[in-house]
Amino acid sequence: MSRKLLSEGSEWSFDLIDRYDREIARVAADFGLDTYPNQIEVIAAEQMMDAYSSVGMPVNYHHWSFGKQFIGVEQRYKRGHMGLAYEIVINSNPCIAYLMEENTMTMQALVIAHAAYGHNSFFKNNYLFRAWTNADAIIDYLLFARNYISECEQRYGEEEVELLIDSCHALMNYGVDRYKRPSQLSAEQERQRQKEREEYLQSQVNDLWRTVPVRNPADSAGTEARFPAEPQENLLYFIEKNAPLLEPWQREIVRIVRKVAQYFYPQRQTQVMNEGWATFWHYTILNRLYDEGLVSDGFMMEFLQSHTNVVAQPSFDSPFYSGINPYALGFAMMSDIRRICEDPTDEDRYWFPEISGSDWIRTLDFAMRNFKDESFIAQYLSPRLIREFKLFSVLDDDANKHLEISAIHNEQGYREVRQALADQYNLGSREPNIQVYKVDRNGDRSLTLRHTQYERRPLADSADEVVKHLGRLWGFTVRLESVASNGKAELVHEYPIRQQA
Amino acid sequence: MTQVIDRRLNGRNKSAVNRQRFLRRFRSQIKRAVGEAISGRSIIDIDSGEKINIPTRDMSEPTFQHAGGGRREAVHPGNREFVPGDKVKRPPNGGEGPGGKASNSGEGEDEFAFQLSREEFLELFFEDLALPDLVKTQLAMLTDFNTVRAGYSSDGVPANINVVRSLRGALARRMALRGPHIRRVHEAEAELETLQAAPSEDEDSAARRATLEEEIQQLRRRIESIPFIDTFDLRYNHRIKQPKPTTQAVMFCLMDVSGSMDQQRKDIAKRFFILLYLFLKRNYERIDVVFIRHHTVAKEVSEEEFFHSRETGGTVVSSALEVMRDIMRERYPTADWNIYAAQASDGDNWDNDSPKCHDLLAASIMPALQYFAYVEITPDHHQSLWQEYENIAANYRNFAMQQIDSATDIYPVFRDLFRKQDT
Repeated sequence: MSRKLLSEGSEWSFDLIDRYDREIARVAADFGLDTYPNQIEVIAAEQMMDAYSSVGMPVNYHHWSFGKQFIGVEQRYKRGHMGLAYEIVINSNPCIAYLMEENTMTMQALVIAHAAYGHNSFFKNNYLFRAWTNADAIIDYLLFARNYISECEQRYGEEEVELLIDSCHALMNYGVDRYKRPSQLSAEQERQRQKEREEYLQSQVNDLWRTVPVRNPADSAGTEARFPAEPQENLLYFIEKNAPLLEPWQREIVRIVRKVAQYFYPQRQTQVMNEGWATFWHYTILNRLYDEGLVSDGFMMEFLQSHTNVVAQPSFDSPFYSGINPYALGFAMMSDIRRICEDPTDEDRYWFPEISGSDWIRTLDFAMRNFKDESFIAQYLSPRLIREFKLFSVLDDDANKHLEISAIHNEQGYREVRQALADQYNLGSREPNIQVYKVDRNGDRSLTLRHTQYERRPLADSADEVVKHLGRLWGFTVRLESVASNGKAELVHEYPIRQQA
Repeated sequence: MTQVIDRRLNGRNKSAVNRQRFLRRFRSQIKRAVGEAISGRSIIDIDSGEKINIPTRDMSEPTFQHAGGGRREAVHPGNREFVPGDKVKRPPNGGEGPGGKASNSGEGEDEFAFQLSREEFLELFFEDLALPDLVKTQLAMLTDFNTVRAGYSSDGVPANINVVRSLRGALARRMALRGPHIRRVHEAEAELETLQAAPSEDEDSAARRATLEEEIQQLRRRIESIPFIDTFDLRYNHRIKQPKPTTQAVMFCLMDVSGSMDQQRKDIAKRFFILLYLFLKRNYERIDVVFIRHHTVAKEVSEEEFFHSRETGGTVVSSALEVMRDIMRERYPTADWNIYAAQASDGDNWDNDSPKCHDLLAASIMPALQYFAYVEITPDHHQSLWQEYENIAANYRNFAMQQIDSATDIYPVFRDLFRKQDT
């Protein structure tokens, strides 16, 4: 032990946090982690529960659903059904990470390495986050959103606003452009242009419904161009721009929910990678500190104990099994990539010719920047890991009487298991594919959506409620058709609203 | 690069607003749940909140989701014995894998259970209760004042000086006092100028110039001696206190502590009064409560004694009514007070006393009263007191009586007695 220990006991102090942070930052920089500046906030357990229930954001608009979540978390925490997460970290610049005051110094160091350097560098560099979120502006934007919404509540009544937000939340997952890069958020611009937009939007909408005499009657009988010309996947965007009856302020709120949905969109697609990356780095960084003699054996024991808990993967028949643990899979894959780079076997050379034997830091960095869960697994899940996890895939086809084990961790099964697992993380197959199909502009102004079935999977009953919410936003009849694999469309839900005289 | 901030001192209840929103949103369901909860509530813990269950489906947030069915492939870890091509029986819940994956979707719990705080519980419980006929309002007890601004005054404490007003006054005063002098100075200067423009050497003109110059100087001195601000200019913000009218009401609590009231019945009576007491304290800012205990004799007691004293004896109900009547005459003139009474007894009165109670009530108490609530705590059949009181109830609309069998009746009976009436 050449250097002195950073701390002896388990108590933390601000001074100690500072010293640990400096050492961790030094090691992280050694490994080439590129991060936003950090803002570490020490909070109490109740504040952690507050943070939980506003989806981790330090500011957010008010809504009962957050209250419901808060009550749920509070209940479970008080009854001891769950511990609070050690950390919440916010994709903003500076990157905000919360430390709980109840934690020991070891845990604080773990969280600093995990959140303030692991997640932080992921937020800053992963392509999805770079394309979809704007860390500089998110806090300002949320502040703007909250103020705007509470202003609306004062002007139009809490109830009115609440119902609108309910409807928007129901469609939140359909408020994202999957392929188009969205424009950057800027609170400043938002404020400046919001008035302009209100007036402009209203005029556009009216234009859509302009009653023009039909010049050629033959035209209107079926050959009339469908509106929208192409199916639209971003339902909230379509509503915001085209719903005939919404007031300007309502459009603005739709827009706010849409923007928030978009901000969380990358997180939903990079769970395994993001957690794996952060876990890999807290493990690597703290081990380096230990190698340098900066932390004690006791520190390492405590750290390893909680690290092991985090990356535990119960098997499918365990009572604790609830799907694949993203921490476990992510950490195993990140560590495995390093192993393939540093110490490849023949099998690795065959499966991963490009990376075996390469510089591991650069390889990992590349993987972190350019993939999401689905493609990351499809690219990097190695046969060795499939064996270690004993992964197997089960085919559940309602046309068959039995479930069938389609592939297991053997030579013939590696590719299929890997593909099936990657597909499990594909948002496109996890969520029903529902798009705006057409608007009956000359008739009853009804809106028709189409659900394109994926592998014959039907919609859950909750769709009925969602269609009602959609009907509230659209203001006229909304229909939802389901298109089976043979191309036949069938009406599955309809929500008529009584026409106002 | 790193900034460490201690946020522990920041507010802890950021979610309070959202919690309130949640409670408001599901008010009707929660009220129903409170209603159900009170029928089985053991009132021992009047200090605690209440656990509330509301059905999850009532508050779901729907989204588009896949239902079971179709074709899907799921990957699970921890294979032991399976080989490709194995057929496994479909688990009965329609789950997707042999592990019974259905549990991770968060379904399975039909009820969303949570704890209402005591405050929240009582608020919901007392929500549509009220003392009936709270009409006589007199501005007798002026306990509360609103401080309102009432213009400006010329004296006050320095902290209340209104700077703008004071300086405006000073400016006006300066202008008013200087005006004539300045005008005179201008005149004198003009004259002096004409004299100097046409210099003649005669003595008159020279003397005139000298006087003029002297006069100008004198006036200038005068102007300068006018003070910039004077105590006379000072203005103070003036605040006055306005009385806030309050409604006056008094509640008489009459409790039977005779020997026939066994421990359990006394308990029920006490809890009933505790509930009543909480309700009054909570919903009415100014209310007097008079506690009267009786066995064969009655006396007015303090709150402490009312709930905790262990004295006991036989039963003469009229003694309590007499004490009440006397106190009413003495301290609570009907003209000024809304008078209420609540009585709890097991109805086991000395036989000859019951008609006396009837007479007392009919003659001197009921006419002055807004409302009289009687609860009889007995699982048995009623005795003479109940029958006499039934006669009263027939004659007076503002007389209510209810029977409590067991502790679980307390909340429902209480709600029934103090239900908000449409009058």
